[in-house]
Amino acid sequence: MSESMTITLNVWRQKDKTSEGRFVRYTLSGVSPDMSFLEMLDLLNLDLIRRGEEPVAFDHDCREGICGTCSLYINGRAHGPLKGVTACQLHMRTFHDGDAITVEPWRARAFPVIRDLVVDRSAFDRIMAAGGFVSVRTGGAPDANTIPIPKPVAEEAMDAAACIGCGACVAACKNGSAMLFVAAKVSQLALLPQGHAERRQRVEAMVAQMDAEGFGSCSNTYACEAECPKQISVSHIARLNTEYLRAKLL
Amino acid sequence: MTLDSRIPAGPIEAKWDNHRFAMKLVNPANKRKYHVIVVGTGLAGASAAASLAELGYRVTALSYHESPRRAHSISAQGGINAPKNYPNDGDSVYRLFYDTVKGGDYRAREANVYRLAQVSNAIIDQCVAQGVPFAREYGGLLDNRSFGGAQVSRTFYARGQTGQQLLLGAYSALMRQVGLGAVKFIERREMLDLVVADGKARGIVARNMVDGRLESYSADAVILATGGYSNVFFLSTNAKMCNATATWRAHKRGAFFGNPCFTQIHPTCIPVASDHQSKLTLMSESLRNDGRIWVPKEKGDKRAPNQIPEAERDYYLERMYPSFGNLVPRDVASRRAKEMCDKGHGVGTTGLAVYLDFSDTIKRNGRAWVAEKYGNLFDMYKQITGEDGYDSPMRIYPAVHYTMGGLWVDYNLMGTIPGLFVLGEANFSDHGANRLGASALMQGLADGYFIIPYTIGDYLASNKFSAIDSTAPAFKEAESSVAGITKKLTGVNGKTPVDVLHKELGKIMWDYCGMGRNAAGLKKALTLIPALRERFWEEVAIPGSADAFNQELEKAHRLADFLELAELMVQDALLRDESCGGHFREEHQTEDGEAKRNDAKFSFVAAWEYAGAKKSPKLHKEPLKFEYVKPSQRSYK
Repeated sequence: MSESMTITLNVWRQKDKTSEGRFVRYTLSGVSPDMSFLEMLDLLNLDLIRRGEEPVAFDHDCREGICGTCSLYINGRAHGPLKGVTACQLHMRTFHDGDAITVEPWRARAFPVIRDLVVDRSAFDRIMAAGGFVSVRTGGAPDANTIPIPKPVAEEAMDAAACIGCGACVAACKNGSAMLFVAAKVSQLALLPQGHAERRQRVEAMVAQMDAEGFGSCSNTYACEAECPKQISVSHIARLNTEYLRAKLL
Repeated sequence: MTLDSRIPAGPIEAKWDNHRFAMKLVNPANKRKYHVIVVGTGLAGASAAASLAELGYRVTALSYHESPRRAHSISAQGGINAPKNYPNDGDSVYRLFYDTVKGGDYRAREANVYRLAQVSNAIIDQCVAQGVPFAREYGGLLDNRSFGGAQVSRTFYARGQTGQQLLLGAYSALMRQVGLGAVKFIERREMLDLVVADGKARGIVARNMVDGRLESYSADAVILATGGYSNVFFLSTNAKMCNATATWRAHKRGAFFGNPCFTQIHPTCIPVASDHQSKLTLMSESLRNDGRIWVPKEKGDKRAPNQIPEAERDYYLERMYPSFGNLVPRDVASRRAKEMCDKGHGVGTTGLAVYLDFSDTIKRNGRAWVAEKYGNLFDMYKQITGEDGYDSPMRIYPAVHYTMGGLWVDYNLMGTIPGLFVLGEANFSDHGANRLGASALMQGLADGYFIIPYTIGDYLASNKFSAIDSTAPAFKEAESSVAGITKKLTGVNGKTPVDVLHKELGKIMWDYCGMGRNAAGLKKALTLIPALRERFWEEVAIPGSADAFNQELEKAHRLADFLELAELMVQDALLRDESCGGHFREEHQTEDGEAKRNDAKFSFVAAWEYAGAKKSPKLHKEPLKFEYVKPSQRSYK
């Protein structure tokens, strides 16, 4: 696996939030198939720095698929071509020598570009602040085993809780909807008995904040599920809708 | 200045209770008059910020991330310890305390460790109440698993994503307070200096990472929860942005640094593949519950693992440590893996790897059982290596993972600068010379949820605070100091990228201050590091402007500090002329190759005081007394 590849990159460059952006083409040789996609960008940046040019800004941190920081739209797909994988876990062995790869930031009205491939996802934090919690203060919680939770319920809650908040669902959606992100949290806390006391206020507040942030509506294309690196199911959106109707009607 | 650890009097079981009663309280109505800055919003910082805000303090929390949910705590996989004794296997607060002191090779403070064990049960309760979906048994009650260094099952977990779930719990508590207006969260800010006025920590200077502006924040107390410094090695399992800048700059303002040489090498990481590697990936130690570690008995055996018959495999941990087997503590497992590879038994193309084999467990319990417990780890292994860990054994090798050293703190978690509190991995306190698995999450949350809310009140109620804001001279001085460093960095106009120099530092540290250390190597590192530091200040390339989003400038600030911290780590490793835990001085080992302590000479915490550029740091010693867990040669046989 030591053969070296040459790749043509078409990268979105944008100086800051208010500047206009454009695609810039780079040819990069010496790419190893064992490199992660981000290591390939590291290599590009080393080249650029050595030439005295400004490197491509991109968000990344853990590089093991859990922090949700990386946010690259690769060849028209959130996190690239593989299923269930973040961009940091995508490896160049997925591509071929001579490939042209287009790299863009998340494209969504609610995620403005900060620079190059870096976007502002603070809208997600504001949705969480609106209701993505159980209102318990530190101290005074009952013993952890007081309420048994059937294993299948706990497992399904965990499936939803696995969301890394990367925003791929929003980027993949033609409407820029955040339904899968919001649904994952609403569903997790609706499944668990600890979340029941506030289920009504929670879903109303989170959906209201989601709308206020400028995310689009859900039109059931399931692009979000297809591109979610944690493969979170749209069945959680169904549960969100149930929770929302229950809150509004009952 | 003499170090006062402020350990309360009385029997160990009663110290924390007595202390909580003896500490002063802040009247509920007065709490809102106090403003606290929390730097870093991982497990320790987020739990502290949320808990303090719930009490009524005004809190400003800052992070270099865009959101608290990105903190590196999220990467912790395996679990969190608590001696609930749900499995009925003989666990107790005392046993967790005992295991942790012993696991730390008798270089931790007994009183701190006991308190940690005491509050750990409440952490599990708190997290469950927040909606953390821990693994459960079919009856609906919580499941436990085993971790290294313990013979009981006391580790609570959420698949292989326990850190993620605990962080999201703390994050949700924090965001609730943000929504209520009790915490102001400010994202994409990197602390670049601590402001000390009238001898007290009164604020920070931070860089706005979006527009490059320097901003000052004033407060009555400052909490650092900024994590560890494993990235001094460049290649580590830490996230790329993890750095020591906040703690190091506080150190240069007077906070002592405790046991900087105590670093942890984690045994189960995916081996280095080549030079382009940007970081290493850990796979949870929980894998050692059901995976068996082995190497071929014959040196240089190049056969595929499945072609090597049982009789020609050396399950060396099971052979050497029959009672703990594959679950020996991390330092022991790591060192033995290195030893096997150094002797020529290593596997894979580089020969720097050992096998972690699940075939027996798959035969016994089935592939689905393994996939349910560890599926995400197998997926991760496959994504990175392109190989399937179910069909043939995984290859693993140790990697730098955690730093037990950190800013020195007293029992109240306050550093040597009054009003500067340090939580989580950023402090040195609870793990001695080696941290046991599933104890980092425990400590981060213990510090944030259950210790700082009490101890900070005592500090605030016991002191008088002059009115100060960010126009005060101390802030102006700190701002100009930071601006000076930035100007110096951007003024170098060199040609070498930051990462290239950082890799060189990492290699020096790994070669001479890594898994094995000796006096000659450490002395060599003491010539190599200053030389590299000089080159850094002559060669570093930082394109772009300081007044804009500039990731190279961020990295350059961090590397400038790593280049200084690295030297202190080596000095500390040289001073500690004994082996203990993760600090293995090759000159000091038993006949069996175990770490050999020298309690008569080194039963102390080395707390280093910054003396100024180009001056030797000053050593202070905090003697360690063991009244309960009597130091002995650790044995896991």
